[in-house]
Amino acid sequence: MQETSKHTLDMNKIRADFPILQRKINGKPLVYFDNAATSQTPQQVIDAIVHYYSDYNANIHRGVHSLSQIATDAYEQAREKIRSHFNAEHVHEIIFTAGTTHAINLVAHGYSQLLNEQDEVIVSAMEHHSNIVPWQMMCEKTGAKLKVIPMTENGELELDTFDQLLNDNTKLVFVNHVSNALGTINPIEEIIEKTHAVGAKVLIDGAQAAPHIKADVQALDIDYYTVSAHKMCGPTGVGVLYGKQELLEALPPYQGGGEMIAEVDFEKTTYAGLPHKFEAGTPNISGGIAFGVALDYMNKIGFDAIADYEMELLVYATNQLNEVGDVRIYGTAVEQKTAVISFNIEGIHSYDIGTLLDKMGIAVRTGHHCAQPIMKFYKIPGTVRASFSFYNTKEEIDAFIEAVKKAKSMLL
Amino acid sequence: MSDIKEIQEEIVDEFSMFDDWMQRYEYMIELGKSLPIIDEKYKTKDNIIKGCQSQVWVRADFEEGKVIFTADSDAIITKGIIAILIRVFSNQTPEAIMNADTDFLDEIGLKDHLSPTRANGLVSMIKQLKMYAIAYSNH
Repeated sequence: MQETSKHTLDMNKIRADFPILQRKINGKPLVYFDNAATSQTPQQVIDAIVHYYSDYNANIHRGVHSLSQIATDAYEQAREKIRSHFNAEHVHEIIFTAGTTHAINLVAHGYSQLLNEQDEVIVSAMEHHSNIVPWQMMCEKTGAKLKVIPMTENGELELDTFDQLLNDNTKLVFVNHVSNALGTINPIEEIIEKTHAVGAKVLIDGAQAAPHIKADVQALDIDYYTVSAHKMCGPTGVGVLYGKQELLEALPPYQGGGEMIAEVDFEKTTYAGLPHKFEAGTPNISGGIAFGVALDYMNKIGFDAIADYEMELLVYATNQLNEVGDVRIYGTAVEQKTAVISFNIEGIHSYDIGTLLDKMGIAVRTGHHCAQPIMKFYKIPGTVRASFSFYNTKEEIDAFIEAVKKAKSMLL
Repeated sequence: MSDIKEIQEEIVDEFSMFDDWMQRYEYMIELGKSLPIIDEKYKTKDNIIKGCQSQVWVRADFEEGKVIFTADSDAIITKGIIAILIRVFSNQTPEAIMNADTDFLDEIGLKDHLSPTRANGLVSMIKQLKMYAIAYSNH
């Protein structure tokens, strides 16, 4: 279909895998451009969930009976798939969580017992609230100081200023791999290197990167990496925290309960080893298994092919949108961006555009995208965000552009 | 002055002339432009109704037994919605406002804006207008 791609995707076949893409919204074919909020789910992943509940639903890790063994094996195989995908050294470095927010809270909670008022931590100006608020809570408890890497008009981090923020008291830096509101791919290699040079650790929020970029946690020397399954064709309510073994061993547990203990006594409880120390309670078993299937699905298409095709969509959409006129795109560095366009039309509120696009069957996100510091930086209440996935097409972008033009003429 | 029911019927009549969503929204945008605008000095934190995405400011004055509303929003469709509400509720007695229902919104195709999770906060707008009426009902 896409002659100019280095990798060719069979769009008819791919789109047929996603039943939701057939539906209509307000009488119009759905154009789903809210992929940065959540991706759609292929039939293979839906089937995996159905298969689990109809064929081998059982609690894992504890049962001696056959079903429990089958479920445990499937769940642990999924963990291994995730390890392999991110190239972690050990499978027990992969902690299942409810998602990225849960994963970040888990680490922040641990650090609230490890830091004190002499310590400093650094966040970036372009984080999702979920990579800000847990750390503010941690700082309130410990007295540690929170510093912020500022950003430029182009939606890039000011790394020179970052150098000045780092010192011997810095204990942890937490930055997203890709900004959810702008799509900027942050230079994490450089951030990690600089952070390690002062002896501090790095948490990379990979929620927005993982659907587009395959991160190699060993090659990048990442200390903690977090992802959400639902942004990469998997189900909601599942995610992963990757952490280096020695760091996870030193990190205090987050929630107490079953599964996470070695021995319970009323005088003293000893905790289980990794990964179970951080996995109290019955997990989202079908979700974990389905996450593994989602990774298989995406890897079969191939992340290089996905990246090439999405870049083609991004360039196409950016050019078309610029021709609409009076458009301001936030985060302008196309070559350092995932397939996200965050924009406003001069004199029009993002909410108005989003409302009218919805009437025309087009799903975009509007508002502050849970990243209010970015909106305050640009002094705007919000943006319209169109975010593309490998199952979107240029024809859908054409429909989107026509709808934006129509909305603009109605609103101006 | 017409009573609330009459104004609501008038609005339903006006909207019944349109047969597609575009005309309805175009009309709402027009109505937004006719909104009695709140004085800039009253666009304060106290007068804000916070929706998730667009801001709405409402002020209520009490004159000769009637509640007079002025308002504004940074989003034009939201302005249209609040213009419709104010046309219904403004210049009415507190008792009439308190007792009025808002079923007419279904009839003009705004039902989908009525769910409490909708970002425009139509439900909280209605609640706020009624709260002002309650506050003035003791006068």
